[in-house]
Amino acid sequence: MKHRLKFTIKKLLRMALLLLGVSLTAFLLMDASPLDPLQTNIGQAALGTMSPEQIARLENYWGVDAPATERYLGWLGGVLRGDFGVSLLYRRPVLEVIGQRLAGSLWLLVCAWILSGALGLALGLAAGARRGRWPDRLIRGYCLTVSSTPAFWLALLLLMVFAVWLKVLPIGLSVPIGGGQATLPERLRHALLPGLTLSITGAANIALHTREKVIDVLDSDCILFARARGEGHILRRHVLRNVALPAITLQFASIGELIGGSVLVEQVFSYPGLGQAAVAAGLGGDMPLLLGITVITAAIVFGGNLAADLLYGVIDPRIRRGAARK
Amino acid sequence: MEPILSVEHLSVTFTRYGRGLNRVELNPIRDLSLAVEPGRVTAVVGESGSGKSLLAHAVLHLLPRNARVGGSIHYDGAPLTRERAVALRGREIALIPQGVTWLDPMMKVGDQLRRGRGGGEVRDRCRAALERYGLGAGVEELYPFQLSGGMARRVLIACAVADRPRLIVADEPTPGLDIRAAGRVLGHFRELAEEGAGVLFITHDLGLARTVAHKVVVFREGQTVDEVPAHCFQTGEGLTHPYSRALWRAMPENDFL
Repeated sequence: MKHRLKFTIKKLLRMALLLLGVSLTAFLLMDASPLDPLQTNIGQAALGTMSPEQIARLENYWGVDAPATERYLGWLGGVLRGDFGVSLLYRRPVLEVIGQRLAGSLWLLVCAWILSGALGLALGLAAGARRGRWPDRLIRGYCLTVSSTPAFWLALLLLMVFAVWLKVLPIGLSVPIGGGQATLPERLRHALLPGLTLSITGAANIALHTREKVIDVLDSDCILFARARGEGHILRRHVLRNVALPAITLQFASIGELIGGSVLVEQVFSYPGLGQAAVAAGLGGDMPLLLGITVITAAIVFGGNLAADLLYGVIDPRIRRGAARK
Repeated sequence: MEPILSVEHLSVTFTRYGRGLNRVELNPIRDLSLAVEPGRVTAVVGESGSGKSLLAHAVLHLLPRNARVGGSIHYDGAPLTRERAVALRGREIALIPQGVTWLDPMMKVGDQLRRGRGGGEVRDRCRAALERYGLGAGVEELYPFQLSGGMARRVLIACAVADRPRLIVADEPTPGLDIRAAGRVLGHFRELAEEGAGVLFITHDLGLARTVAHKVVVFREGQTVDEVPAHCFQTGEGLTHPYSRALWRAMPENDFL
């Protein structure tokens, strides 16, 4: 039990350091940004008509004059007490905004995550098992094409084909315009295109990596021995087992890429999720919201990698039994 | 005695792409002939890295796809085609590989031994094979990384013996073992031969080969240069080929200076 405890403490410490670093980097980048929050959010013309007192009040609200260290430490102190501050753009607590946006993004991300993992694994296995033959060439060609395609471009393409030409899927948003309370099928219809975009790009990467791993395993001595002993079902019995570990790594590492990709994809589809809020906060100079989103998503990505680490211990007998023996 | 395996003028050629589009031909085995009789141990002795393992892979049809095989391999009086080899692998022909890396690291020993086949009969046979080499039923529940070198070697032999094969191909089965452990492993080979199987024992170690084998085939630079009864290497008498004599003289006790 002791090693588990040590492992957990070490990981938590690392997570705290990581989040500190991430938030500081995001803050410094934001601080160095040439955007003037007043001009961006209120507009040049409106600013011209305002009295100096009004402008001073606004400057105070956006924190233009306060020194950077003071602002960061103030934010950090609040976070340590559980207060992420108030979003300047939405005028609501940051956690509330994030919670709402995350709920919108979450099932988009979860669907894309599961779909890209399953599709990537299946394609990778199919290609690796038939290395050099036409299924492999076909799959590899497809994956290389897709992974060298920017996600937003693919999103535009899908939008053009399915929403503009074929008119079978909605062009954007997460619910019908003015529809009030949306039903589940309607929500699904709206999440389909952005989810598909994320899955297609994600699956290509996972498939290419899985293919390499499958080839490594197929070239190993233990497969040769299994063949020498006349074993059947080698793919299912040996390859899948040995590909499981790298597949888990890939699956959980893809969370980061998925969240990164969702920022652009949600923008293209005007999908009101976390990614879109991140863009709005960044361009609008909404420091508390941006830092909040950065820290929360970093924690999610870290949590994914942690889950992969913990799953290794469950799946790999060398770790499971090796650690238990100590 | 009719040989169970006879290999005549075997050659193995690999075609690889070198720099650019230049094709490079590798020819590790050029002309290899030998015969393995049932009930006898035939040792193939050659330098490390001389392509001896390819002989084992050629017999079992396990060579990679870019390999070309020439000459002929006969098993039990008929040509050993790919189809026949696939049908006989793990039934009549067994491979004993070099070490623990040939076991699946993610699967328990027992499951690997049984090859996914269920049934009480298979279970009993596998347990008997383990017991024969002094391994208890507990070993079935272990993963390969939990085995010591000697245990792993015995598990690999048990894998082969559980099938009751007629031909055993052992590819360098002793490296990393001390003299006594190696002696025990070799004793097992002799035992298997006495039960009627033909054993093809591939090694770089002439000292081991001459103690366990009935016949020694000397392999050098892709060719068989000599085939002599093993006892010739005990006394040095009857060795006519200059390379065989040089080999014999190179052994520590035969004043190799």
